[in-house]
Amino acid sequence: MNPLERYAPLVDDEAAFLEACERSLPSVVRVNTIKTTVERAREALDDEGVAYEPTDWHPGILKLENSSPGTNWPYFHGWLHGQEEVSALPAIALDPQPGERIWDTCAAPGSKTTQIAAMMDDEGVLIGNDNNLGRLSALRHNAERLGVTNLVVSNQDARNFSMKPFGERTPDKSGSFEQFDRVLVDAPCSCEGTCRKNPDVLDEWTMNHVASVAGIQKGILRRAVQVTKPGGTVVYSTCTFAPEENEAVLDFVLEREDCEIVAWDVPDGFETAPGITEWEDDEYDSSVTNARRVYPHQNDTGGFFTAKLEVNA
Amino acid sequence: MRDETAEDENWGQQFDRLPATPDERVVEARPTRTEVVEWWVERFGIDPKMFDGYTFWEKGAGKIWAFNGEVVDPIEVQGLGMRILRTRQRHWKPSTNAVQRFCRDATKNVIELSPGEATAFVAGHDQQLDWWEGDWGYLTAAHELAGEREPLGVGLYLHGELRSTVPKGRQEELVKLD
Repeated sequence: MNPLERYAPLVDDEAAFLEACERSLPSVVRVNTIKTTVERAREALDDEGVAYEPTDWHPGILKLENSSPGTNWPYFHGWLHGQEEVSALPAIALDPQPGERIWDTCAAPGSKTTQIAAMMDDEGVLIGNDNNLGRLSALRHNAERLGVTNLVVSNQDARNFSMKPFGERTPDKSGSFEQFDRVLVDAPCSCEGTCRKNPDVLDEWTMNHVASVAGIQKGILRRAVQVTKPGGTVVYSTCTFAPEENEAVLDFVLEREDCEIVAWDVPDGFETAPGITEWEDDEYDSSVTNARRVYPHQNDTGGFFTAKLEVNA
Repeated sequence: MRDETAEDENWGQQFDRLPATPDERVVEARPTRTEVVEWWVERFGIDPKMFDGYTFWEKGAGKIWAFNGEVVDPIEVQGLGMRILRTRQRHWKPSTNAVQRFCRDATKNVIELSPGEATAFVAGHDQQLDWWEGDWGYLTAAHELAGEREPLGVGLYLHGELRSTVPKGRQEELVKLD
């Protein structure tokens, strides 16, 4: 089945939703403020005659009109990074600060990780973790090209992420810590939200995969809450529309860990829909409406889901 | 296998923090933090304050990493900040990424390339540049971008020739540059 039809009843305008999912996405880059400013990056693109259009909700995210990234000077210098427009949302919800300790649970290939590093002014401890060693080399390559120097690259299963390498058992040792200020869980998922970039995801979609990946998502999100300080922030994001992988995961973790789902400020000019409280035979905690769903027809982007959790003091 | 008791071994799978000074050195020939910072200051004339918040680490013999934060020492992870320098050899060699990150305001040993020379450099070509009258050895190659000088990477200048050390993975990104 085409999974998009499964989710069409959730949206305000089914026809617009299905039509948007058919269109391919423009090439989008994020300006890397570790190495340059938005002004200089735009000037360099202008000098090379690369046409672009700034998005109306984020000055550092530019839609390229023709070329792909990777073929111009500002890209070589690590001033630009190819990143899907909508995937800039989780770091914005996370709101990382310079000097904090932050864990990105599923970091490779690193678009969101490097965005977080830039928002930290490249200061503090940012752990970019991924369980796939091959994908980690892409993370390392991207981070170094973008000039990131506050990243610790780690290769663990996020579901039982050990704090031991960071000095959990030697709290008196300089530099040791056992909890994070903020954690991003950008979870592996069914990815129908990326169908405008990679239509194959729709053909490969199965209900079995939804069920198995939801188990992984729950495990990672639980661990994320457990290693976050009281009062700290966890952001959960996916690029799927499946409630089983979004609201159901939040609902599961709310019941088992001491945390709550809080509202977050979506940038002005970016349209979203609230999380849903009912799906098929299930009902979810009413606070999941604080999560934001993004459908492709709303802002002409990919599809996305982002929730912000606060760990209770 | 790692011998937990052998503190003076330079073990390749973990990051060890550089000693601040020679007095604190445990592992033989391990460079000190002071030596690493001074190398950048002397070679490129950069402000040592740029490294104030940084800790420096060795993973494997001679590979120095700079990390803009604090973690426990030693630490077993896959990466820690940025590889900046290859030491334990006669001429220490800076990395492309470090030069791009830290040499924007370098005042010494910066060779400024014309647009054509810059394109050849990042494509990995060695070039005869007899007009250079500065030092031999590792230089920061730079060009003008958006009205200011911007470092491209590391060139090795010997006998009138500038050899590009831009890694293959970075060269490929420029194949369609023209």
